[in-house]
Parts: sequence; structure tokens; C-alpha cells
Amino acid sequence: MTDNVEVDQDSLNLARKYVEQLEQGNQQEADNLLTELTNLRETELFQELGKLTREFHEAINGFNNDDRMSAMAQDEIPDARERLNYVIKKTDDAAHKTLNAIEEVLPIVESFESSVSQLGVEWERFLKKEMSPQEFRDLSQQIKDFFSATDGDLKNIKIHVNDILMAQDFQDITGQIIKRVITLVGEVEKSLVDLVKLGGGVATSTDEDSTQSKKVKTSTPGELEGPQIPGMESDEAVSSQNDVDELLSSLGF
Amino acid sequence: MNKDMKILIVDDFSTMRRIIKNLLRDLGFTNTADADDGNTALPMLQSGKYDFLVTDWNMPGMSGIDLLKAVRADPNLAHLPVLMVTAEQKREQIVEAAQAGVNGYIVKPFTAVTLKEKIDKIFERIDAS
Repeated sequence: MTDNVEVDQDSLNLARKYVEQLEQGNQQEADNLLTELTNLRETELFQELGKLTREFHEAINGFNNDDRMSAMAQDEIPDARERLNYVIKKTDDAAHKTLNAIEEVLPIVESFESSVSQLGVEWERFLKKEMSPQEFRDLSQQIKDFFSATDGDLKNIKIHVNDILMAQDFQDITGQIIKRVITLVGEVEKSLVDLVKLGGGVATSTDEDSTQSKKVKTSTPGELEGPQIPGMESDEAVSSQNDVDELLSSLGF
Repeated sequence: MNKDMKILIVDDFSTMRRIIKNLLRDLGFTNTADADDGNTALPMLQSGKYDFLVTDWNMPGMSGIDLLKAVRADPNLAHLPVLMVTAEQKREQIVEAAQAGVNGYIVKPFTAVTLKEKIDKIFERIDAS
């Protein structure tokens, strides 16, 4: 603050002399004073700019050395990419499994429809007594065939409907994975906001704390890992239901 | 095994609750109810007479492992058979669940056959003892 007052005083003196010289018609002397005044201002400006540049450079370096940031950049973002690719694969598989089952079921349902409507017409004729005994014997055979075919068809439909049911298990797995990626994106966002604050902070203050490393996130024992992704399984994870069963039986289960 | 037994299904994902409910119905168990985490499930278990608990592990609010521990700590529920169906497959966690007194452990994604096997096994042991 006292610096500013001194500078102002110098500038004021120079400015007064400048006006004086102008009034006396000494153009040459006035120009010299103007140059002196400008130099005074510029020196101060460049010094301040130099200081800002150095602080900003240090702040960026400090930010790069932040372990949490480098962990996110080096491991967690690529990891999240793998996880999201797995989400695409799971949803793709589920959609195909569902569509396949539907494509199997639809023709069965359509053949049902035509059999039922054809038998319905014949049955109507029988009720109206428009049917000869031979025709009725044929109809009886058709009905018998229909029942036996229906039994197998219904079993098939049930199998395919169960496939459709099981295909929906993707939602639980992908939901858990996406939740984790959302948490990571939130952290990245926070770090970026910190970076912006840091940039803004340099211009107004030299707060040393803002460049200090943040707490490093380490994998704590007992932390839940969520679904394992094929190709990037944790060493501590089992890989199948069989492994779970073996582990449990080794524990006396 | 009594097909009319009352089963509580606990999972934070409604799709998974529906899948398990449908699979159980297919196995002949129609008397089911569901809850979305341990905090909702525990009062249901305490007030209703449930015969079997199927729970996920990772849920907001009260997790499945805490629910299991709460069940074992409650004298009225201590003997309730508990099957864990979860995406958590670290050895450490399976051991933790075993130590907390889980009766069966299924990792997701699972099949209808696995579910049937584990339920059969749990009730074979209970009927035998």
C-alpha cells in the first residue's frame, strides 16, 4: 500500500512538471518527461507480470505433482473407459439375447394364432351342425394334434421368456459400473474447478496452501470393488461361482 | 423345503429384485416381498415372519453385510437363513460374509440353475440339522 502512495507521488510530480513544460512551450522537455512517466509505469507492470508468470508456473507444477490427479489421469480414466466399454458390451449382449428370444417366440405365437382361428371356424361349423361325421373325426384329430403341439410350444415359450428375464441382469451390473464412473467424473470436475480457482488465485494472492498436494486416495482394505470387468479383474477377486464355492467349502461350508 | 415359505428379497436395483422374484416364482416360491436396502429390510424382517432372506451386498443406506450382522445379532432373527447375491467377489469379502454367518453366496451375474442349487443346499442343511 505504501508503495502505491510513493509511486503516485512520483507520477504526480512528473505530471506536474510535464504540464509546466507544456505551458512554457518546451515541447522537447515535455516529451522527455512523458517518456520518463511511461517508463515508470511499464517497469512496475512488467515486474508484476513476471511475478504472476512465475507463480502460475509453480502452481501448475504443483498441480501436476498432485498424486490424486496423476492417479486419475494415469489409471482411473483409462480404467473408467474400459468399464464403460464393458457397459456397452453388456447392454449389447442383453439386447441381442432379448431380441433372439423374441424372434424365437413370435413364430410360435403366430402359428398358435392361425391354428386357433382355423379350429375356431371348424368348431363353429360343428356347433351349427354343419359338419359331417367324417369331418368331425378329422376335426377331433386336429384338436388332438393341436394339444400335443401346444404342450411343447408352451415349454419353448417359457424357456425363451426366462432367457428374456435373465437378460435383464445387465441393468444391475451396468448400473453399479456407471455409478462408479459418475463418482470419478465428479472428482475430475472438482479437480478442474480447483485448477481454475488456482489460476484465479495467483492473480490476486500467493496463497501457498493452494498448491499443496491433496490427500492421496489409496485402496483401503474392505472397500467394495463392485462388478469385476473381464480382462481387468482384481487379483483379490475370485473369477467364478465355482471359486466362491471352493473358497466357502475350504472355510467349512 | 416348504414352497410357501415367506422370502424377503433385498437389492437396491429394482430390475434385480424383479429377476430374483421371477426366478423364485419359477422355482415354486410365490410368497415373496422385497426391499431396497438394509434399513428398509430390517424392520420388515422384525415385524413379519420371514423364513428366508436373499440380499445384495452393496446398497446405499444399510449394506447387505450390515443387514446380515444385524440379523445374526437379533435373537428373534439369528437363525434366519441368508443367501447373499452380489457382484462383490473379492476373497476377503466372501470370507467376511462367511464369518458373519451367511448361509450361501452367489456372485452376479448368476444363472437360474445356480440360484436353485444354492437354495436347495441351504435347506438340505437346515432340514438335516
